[in-house]
Amino acid sequence: MAARTLRSLLVAAALMLPAAAPGEEVVLGLSQAEIPITATFTGSEILVFGAVKRFLPLPDGPPMQVVVAIAGPEAPVEVRRKERRFGIWVNTSSVRIGSAPSFYAVAASGTLPQVISETEDLRHQISIPRVMRTVGAASDDPDAAAFTDALMRIREEEGLYQILENSVAFDDQTLFWTAVFLPPRLTEGAYTTRIFLTRDREVIDQYETVIQVRKVGLERWLYTLAHQQPLVYGLMALAVAAFAGWGASAAGRVLRG
Amino acid sequence: MQIYLPIAEVSVNAYLLLGMGGLVGVLSGMFGVGGGFLLTPLLFFIGIPPAVAVATGANQIVASSISGVLAHLRRRTVDLPMGLVLLAGGLVGAAVGVQVFTMLSRTGQVDLLVTLCYVVFLGAVGALMFIESLAALRRSRKGSPPKRRKHVWVHNLPGKMKFRTSGLYISVFPPLVVGFVVGLLAAIMGVGGGFIMVPAMIYLLGMPTKVVIGTSLFQIIFVTGFVTVMHATASQTVDVLLALILIIGGVVGAQVGTALAVRMKAEQLRILLALLVLAVCLKLALDLLIQPAELYSLQTRGMMP
Repeated sequence: MAARTLRSLLVAAALMLPAAAPGEEVVLGLSQAEIPITATFTGSEILVFGAVKRFLPLPDGPPMQVVVAIAGPEAPVEVRRKERRFGIWVNTSSVRIGSAPSFYAVAASGTLPQVISETEDLRHQISIPRVMRTVGAASDDPDAAAFTDALMRIREEEGLYQILENSVAFDDQTLFWTAVFLPPRLTEGAYTTRIFLTRDREVIDQYETVIQVRKVGLERWLYTLAHQQPLVYGLMALAVAAFAGWGASAAGRVLRG
Repeated sequence: MQIYLPIAEVSVNAYLLLGMGGLVGVLSGMFGVGGGFLLTPLLFFIGIPPAVAVATGANQIVASSISGVLAHLRRRTVDLPMGLVLLAGGLVGAAVGVQVFTMLSRTGQVDLLVTLCYVVFLGAVGALMFIESLAALRRSRKGSPPKRRKHVWVHNLPGKMKFRTSGLYISVFPPLVVGFVVGLLAAIMGVGGGFIMVPAMIYLLGMPTKVVIGTSLFQIIFVTGFVTVMHATASQTVDVLLALILIIGGVVGAQVGTALAVRMKAEQLRILLALLVLAVCLKLALDLLIQPAELYSLQTRGMMP
């Protein structure tokens, strides 16, 4: 039902657009441009939808495909490996990965090899291994690739890296939409959302926008205080604990008469 | 009900946290221990980052110790001079501990250090307590009087001081060292250290049992308070929201625990506590000995103290 309403809206939007250069272009919408992290945040589903604006008749040849890629803020990651030493498992070696997206989801209307060629993937850095390669492991460890693989594997298991093949609905070569679930363990910041239109595995058009993820209300206040005035925050934590401890003792006495 | 913790940056079930706080509260009410040794590992198990678990655990202990010490102050079972000497050692130990913690988390060995500390101390204390309480149980059946405590050479070091409430005239060095070790552990393990300090006070310092718990709680308040502020300023890892939920659970649990303790014999209580300590120790030891399913682990800059 929602999809139907969405579709009629999109058709209306597509029809109203003024004629521009011939070709095929993306028109994009997002269910939310901002994701607030509140005290009861349990993750958020974001709907990415759009239409293909077309001024010439549908060209012949293979059908058009859509790829949606959402990337969270990048940060350095230390990947450590355990080995058995003296009978127990301890971290023995580590590789520092200069910068890796804290979140990455790539959704496509087919499987990735079907919709995009290696060359285009390399150029636009769309698939997860491609994103990671450009990031690179700053290490002379010959085993560095194993650490990068581990990073991808762990984040995939945690739902932070997602490969969503065949998950973009694409109607009449014009309207597309997909839903991406952002898990509760989100890093704050700007989430770059890119849409690629491809035909014959070549990128025809791309569009980029940003989804802002930020803590709000109490969460925002506590986080800011903890980082900007750590001493005040620490003393406040103590005061809360002292008051709670005293209150508990007083309440206990009242209860026992 | 899921709740998002602003500093830990994870979403956890609030009732689960309340339950954990409650369980630890029951223990502290029953046994007079802070329960930090149990709470911190439990926080690890539910996915709170270790650095946050340790720092927030310290904050929670401040609250439970304050409510405990107030009752002891009213009963006059706190040896304040002894508490202050222990505290002096404790503050130095905590300052060193926070530095060690920060240094090791840069090299990725902090989890190992924390786990090893837990295994060694919980194992030793649990085993000692178990043997001791079994012996006590046997003694109480036979009805023979307990051994008189005797002066050891360490008590005769220079710097002797009178501790009126404990009825002791001993050197200040043994309590300073005990305080230092406990402060060190408080910072590294996120515990109050009561489970180490109580036996140390009884067996090493020869303090009478009735003032031991009150005095150790007195010292723990200030050491854990200091640790909380140190972690908050050095690494921003204290999660007030998490601490508050744990405290609320703990407050209710402590009342239940106190009521339960009245109906049980002291020796039985101590055997139960010893078994519990050994169980936590075993679980942590197995984690070190058995090959983990995932050999790799990630650490992001933000979580690095």
